[in-house]
Amino acid sequence: MRRLLLVAICLIISMQPVLSVQPDELLADQALESRARSISAGLRCLVCQNQSIDDSDAPLARDLRIIVRERLKAGDSDKEVLDFVVARYGKFILLKPPFDAQTIMLWLLPVTILLVAAVVIIFRTRRRRVRADGDNYLSDDEQAQLSKILTKK
Amino acid sequence: MIVELGHYALVLAFALSLLQSLLPLWGVIRSDETLLAVAPVTAVGQFLLVAGSYAALTWAYLASDFSVVNVFENSHSEKPLVYKISGVWGNHEGSMLLWILTLALFGALVAVFARNMPRDLRAAVLAVQAWVSAAFVLFVLLTSNPFARLIQAPIEGRDLNPILQDPGLAIHPPLLYVGYVGFSITFSFAAGALIIGRIDAMWARFVRPWILLAWIFLTLGIAMGSYWAYYTLGWGGFWFWDPVENASLMPWLAGTALLHTIIVMEKRDALKVWTIFLSILAFSLSLLGTFLVRSGVLTSVHAFASDPQRGIFILAILVFFIGGSLFLFALQAPKLKPGGLFAPISRESALVVNNLLLTTCCATVLVGTLYPLALESITGAKISVGPPFFNLTFVPLFIPIIVAMPFGQLLAWKRGDFLGAAQRLTVAVAAGAIAALVFFAMQGGPVLAAIMAGAAIYLITGSFVDIVGRLVRRSSGLHNVLVRALGMPRSAWGAAIAHAGVGVTIFGLAATGWGVERIASFKVGQTLQAGPYTITLDKISPRQGPNYREMVAYMTVRKGGAIVSKLEPSRRFFTAQRMTTSQAGLATFSFGHVHVVISQQDKNGAVSTRIYWKPYVSLIWLGAVFMAVGGGLSLSDRRMRIVGGRRRRLAGADTEPSATPVTGSAS
Repeated sequence: MRRLLLVAICLIISMQPVLSVQPDELLADQALESRARSISAGLRCLVCQNQSIDDSDAPLARDLRIIVRERLKAGDSDKEVLDFVVARYGKFILLKPPFDAQTIMLWLLPVTILLVAAVVIIFRTRRRRVRADGDNYLSDDEQAQLSKILTKK
Repeated sequence: MIVELGHYALVLAFALSLLQSLLPLWGVIRSDETLLAVAPVTAVGQFLLVAGSYAALTWAYLASDFSVVNVFENSHSEKPLVYKISGVWGNHEGSMLLWILTLALFGALVAVFARNMPRDLRAAVLAVQAWVSAAFVLFVLLTSNPFARLIQAPIEGRDLNPILQDPGLAIHPPLLYVGYVGFSITFSFAAGALIIGRIDAMWARFVRPWILLAWIFLTLGIAMGSYWAYYTLGWGGFWFWDPVENASLMPWLAGTALLHTIIVMEKRDALKVWTIFLSILAFSLSLLGTFLVRSGVLTSVHAFASDPQRGIFILAILVFFIGGSLFLFALQAPKLKPGGLFAPISRESALVVNNLLLTTCCATVLVGTLYPLALESITGAKISVGPPFFNLTFVPLFIPIIVAMPFGQLLAWKRGDFLGAAQRLTVAVAAGAIAALVFFAMQGGPVLAAIMAGAAIYLITGSFVDIVGRLVRRSSGLHNVLVRALGMPRSAWGAAIAHAGVGVTIFGLAATGWGVERIASFKVGQTLQAGPYTITLDKISPRQGPNYREMVAYMTVRKGGAIVSKLEPSRRFFTAQRMTTSQAGLATFSFGHVHVVISQQDKNGAVSTRIYWKPYVSLIWLGAVFMAVGGGLSLSDRRMRIVGGRRRRLAGADTEPSATPVTGSAS
């Protein structure tokens, strides 16, 4: 529900909602068009809450989609298009944050958590098993007591 | 007058929750039966008061009393009845009242139905629940009062945001809240047990039905929210890894982990420390989600700083409850004795692996959601963490879960037979491999989609290997198989169906790879092809709704020349809020959807149209329904019964606090 509301806010900001990706934006070249679609799926609509420009109805997103397509038509590679957009709008526009000093923790934390937790679990169960095995043997005293109880019957 | 009574009832509920949070705990300390008996009475009383308060607000909506700010801002006299009722929770203040109502509801349910629990434990649980209630009622009273009046009552209200005027509003929030807030009761159980100092298999047995209940509703709530976004937002997406969605996914992941580890604790008296921790964690994540969604911190760190009142209040609640419970946890956890031992290959170990992966998934979502906020407030740098990040981190973590799920079901407690389990799963592996090949041959398209579909078939088949193996033994006739099927514990069926449900959802996700999308300018009389279907635009004409006008595009869907469906996608213009929304046209064909969205007409009379053919897409949500049904079956298992049955009070629970914990298998 909240997600819908946030999208609604985006629509209000844009005042004149149009449909995301209009027919007149499409490139005639199929291969180029599909590259354009996948690039715009990774770019954030700057006036919306966490929507890609490919999904967004905002006019600004439309302008960006057209820019992406113009760059592609001019012969840019995917990376050149992204560099062009980042140079203008900053890293904020990338939905996939680049791997650099600021995001190293972000990218490595999931793996680190998994590995550390796995190691902890393995060591703990090992230790417990060793201790438990130790507990399974009775001391001489206990053994004597046990046989006494058993022979009583 | 009724509105003021509602406000007053809420204040009384606050007072009562204070009593409920203090007296029973004193009773626990003094071992005083009378004080213990205060807990259930106040819990029910508190629920009735909050329910009365909620009813008063609903009445204001029904009567369109625009002298109430909340009604004025979110309602309209011409709004259809269903949105007057559900519009109560379509805004911050009203939804917080629903939050509190759910909190009080769970307290009352425990008070009424959990009769066979040790009385001191129940009193402690209800006291903790009342602490949470008191905090949130105070939050509503001080920062988010839905009963505030306007001095001069306006004639007409501003109407509910049009995007919320959808049946989804009537269904999604209540389901989600029962799930989301439902984990408060598991939290209270954990804190209660830590206060009493008795944490054993018996405790696990008492708390398990509540975990299941919350989990079922959270599953349905998330699925319903996703489906709502899918048919409303107009580009066919169903999950966006938005922080708001992540806020509900995190408690679900922790809750799912808890749902599994609680079984180990109940049956084997093991993993106690971890289970208690997860119980605290699940609700802590609910609280964190509430903070993220309500404080405005998501829009921008600066938006939060400029109007921090609500955010700070929830943050204080968050810190108090998470900090307090973890403090108790740190005091008590070291005293717990390790329970039942198990071999590295066993049902218990499988569930440990399940928990390891699920909590890592949960941590990944948490990191991805909070990282941009943390980075911005520390360095000022703004980054976005969107779907590509989660697809690269969450999905790889989920693959081993899929592979391991059927194994877990086939391993015995204490010491399992890995090779034996693998052998019994040959059928499932074969089924998955064949399915992957068949789908690749049939659909072509991305290899990944075929592989995922195969994995889904493996999971669905694998979920039933254990049950089928137990049913079909030796040369038994059909009659015997049926008798055995009925005699099988319902929780066994529940587990199989819920696991298969995950497979069904994954199949739906895989099938998105086979989807077709067409974007075109569509003129009357024209025809477009999407997958096996041909869509014709017959006419475009205006239509009048109760509180909106719309432009409808009438379309006919044909397959092989025969008419199979009619679609009426439209653009709605809501007069009161001066806002346009689009209604998708949706037709279902054997689990797939033809999904049509239109935009406004251009000068030549053509409409910009998006047409999708999404094969099997409805399985994404149907899978969640299977998960919930599986959960429901487990909940209805007689071993899980919380009402009636064994009324006899359990050994030594009330009188001797130092009695040895009941250990071992409780079934």
